[in-house]
Amino acid sequence: MTQIMLSRVAERVYWMARYLERAENTARMVGVYANLLLDMPRGIDLSWYSLVDINDTGEAFNERYKNRDERNVVKFMLADDTNGNSMLTSLKMARENARTSRDVVPQDTWEIVNELHLFAAENIQRGINRGQRHHYLYEIVKGCHQISGLFANSMNKDSASEFIRLGRTLERADMATRILDAGAAVILAAEESSTNISQIVWGNVLRSLDAYQPFLRDERGPVTGPAVARFLLANELYPRTVLFSLNRLGKALARLPHSSEPRQIATVIKDRVIAFDGYQDLGTSFRGYMNELQLQLASLHDCFADTWFALERNDD
Amino acid sequence: MKKGIDWKKYKIDYFYDELISAAGNPRVAGRQLVNHLASLSAEELENRRQTAEATIRQMGISFTVYTEEGNIDRAWPFDIIPRTISATQWQVTADGLKQRLKALNLFINDLYHDQNIIKDGVLPAHILKQSKNFRPECVGVTPPYGVWAHICGTDLVRDEDGKFYVLEDNLRVPSGVSYMLENRAITKRVLPELFEHDYILPVGDYTAQLFATLSSLSPRKIKQPEIVVLTPGIYNSAYFEHAYLAQQMGVELVEGSDLVVAKDDCVYMRTISGLERVDVIYRRIDDLFLDPEVFNKDSVLGVPGLMRAWQKGNVALANAPGAGVADDKVVYAYVPDIIRYYLKQEPIIPNVKTYLCDDPKQREYVLANLDKLVVKPANESGGYGMMVGPHATKTEHAKFARLIKANPRNYIAQPTLKLSTAPTLVGSGSLEPRHLDLRPFILQSRELYVTTGGLTRVAMKKGSLVVNSSQGGGSKDTWIVDR
Repeated sequence: MTQIMLSRVAERVYWMARYLERAENTARMVGVYANLLLDMPRGIDLSWYSLVDINDTGEAFNERYKNRDERNVVKFMLADDTNGNSMLTSLKMARENARTSRDVVPQDTWEIVNELHLFAAENIQRGINRGQRHHYLYEIVKGCHQISGLFANSMNKDSASEFIRLGRTLERADMATRILDAGAAVILAAEESSTNISQIVWGNVLRSLDAYQPFLRDERGPVTGPAVARFLLANELYPRTVLFSLNRLGKALARLPHSSEPRQIATVIKDRVIAFDGYQDLGTSFRGYMNELQLQLASLHDCFADTWFALERNDD
Repeated sequence: MKKGIDWKKYKIDYFYDELISAAGNPRVAGRQLVNHLASLSAEELENRRQTAEATIRQMGISFTVYTEEGNIDRAWPFDIIPRTISATQWQVTADGLKQRLKALNLFINDLYHDQNIIKDGVLPAHILKQSKNFRPECVGVTPPYGVWAHICGTDLVRDEDGKFYVLEDNLRVPSGVSYMLENRAITKRVLPELFEHDYILPVGDYTAQLFATLSSLSPRKIKQPEIVVLTPGIYNSAYFEHAYLAQQMGVELVEGSDLVVAKDDCVYMRTISGLERVDVIYRRIDDLFLDPEVFNKDSVLGVPGLMRAWQKGNVALANAPGAGVADDKVVYAYVPDIIRYYLKQEPIIPNVKTYLCDDPKQREYVLANLDKLVVKPANESGGYGMMVGPHATKTEHAKFARLIKANPRNYIAQPTLKLSTAPTLVGSGSLEPRHLDLRPFILQSRELYVTTGGLTRVAMKKGSLVVNSSQGGGSKDTWIVDR
């Protein structure tokens, strides 16, 4: 099968998928967090600012805002264009990438991405104010699902489709490590407190990845830190876990040309996730492990760029 | 129930109206449309208009306007009332358009070879010498079928006599065809009932015809030649169209940096599996940006070595470089003679009367009548740099008089046409006549093809004659009605 895929277009569909995934995750995360805060007992020092930390965007936030209150954090996470990871920025970038790769994605993609971005931008106040936030964020997540559905059902399973998969799975794996890390951070911060918040925190960690029900069905056990961490890292059945994402990513790589180097890196990361057994203590060393995984995933992205996206690479 | 459009109140003035012949009387092709609109209440009409607007926004149909503050992406301005033309009249017009492009291609090919038309005294030699769009690099090259302009957008206008005239031929990178196709898609959503009664000829085969035209140009005679659409990128005003056409044809949309000319003088694109040979490039960038080795050295839009590859016949360029030599408003004045010279036929569609400022006698007339004429630079498009005499100030008249005297070859003048009108929705639910033109698209390779109708552009401002989208014009769906 000869199939043409421009390097530039491959890069754009890859990023489109990453940004769509990021927008969806951010929307869900803000929603879950709002929910979590309502359940926190008094005296637990859990602030909205942790959301900023999860995404490593503290610097950009502090340049812009002094007050680390709900309104500023939610604004920063959803709407801020100085935050390269905000939901609106992600949708905008997804839109720009879709716009420049219209010829390889299903015809309706552009229309729906465009519509979703318009909806998100025009109604952003509904996301920032508490009253209608839930419904607004739900609409965003729904829009993202609609686009994923289009990719799954109305697109040739060709290279473009594989690059969409690469973008989506890498973003998911990365997001799972960040959310686990955030959960661990909250528990660490609350260690001195007498109230047991573990159940609430880990339950919401699962919900941030839409994984609460899948966890219960597969684990059939209580929501504890170790069980949740093991599930989100090493479960092979749920699509937003690190291992599932890496498996899918590996399948996509196998169908792409010149993929031996990225496959090697992906295998190293996967073996590490499978071999890991430090789930009993989710303290500082666990957080360090999450951080290392993030760095390895970043190096995998760099390898994609060198292998397929760089325009200089041509004379072979 | 509230009453719909009252056609008795629709004032057609002294212009030719496309839909209404005399107060309340529809032309044959528009009868169903007029009756249907009369049955819709003002609210219903307004609803339909809003549906169209929402559709356009959702579909992201946009074009870019260049302003001092940067580029603005505007939604495509669309009027929901279609423009109707009878199929019998269109057939004649289509024949005239084919005749014209055929002659123009013979003309271009002649200019880059023996120049018989000059030797035979039909075209004055100095006109070619001073042409900005003649490319010496193209001399001696023979593209497939001797055809240079494969895709042509010809602007037609109707004068008060109801006859079509050619206003200009766009032979370089004519745009607008995607809007023609999208206008139909919108109208089908907005006024679906009408498609049940009348036979409105479909327009949707254009992209298949374009694909066939481009395929036939391939230097490699293989089953699936590699065709690409070359765009200057997302900031170009017609980027929407470039992407649309690539998608509709199922070919790659490339930018200059995606392409490379290798040592074998063939063109390749950079893909995830390495370099892939390219056979045909539908280029949507101007000649001067095509190849920095030959033309504009600073161009980052083009591909170094592209001209070399084309001259050797290793890649087809549509339109061929240098085709713009016939898309010059001075050459335009000679097109009727060009048709007679090459085809030994009388032109089917007449030109608009044109005064060449280059000719001392005609220049004298132009300078004395600036307030009555439309003055246009010979090599501009998009309505830039022109002056509509009756609507211009004394200062502008004086400015154009200076410009003409300084560079007479660069200007032509035409009488101010009484451009035809068609009912256009203004305000809520009321119709007023607005001026319009028509841009059909003509394809030529082995065979000739004309779009069914074309893109109707309409001046949305009352009394305005400027239809260009960059200057505040809008558009309408164009119906060729077969009864």
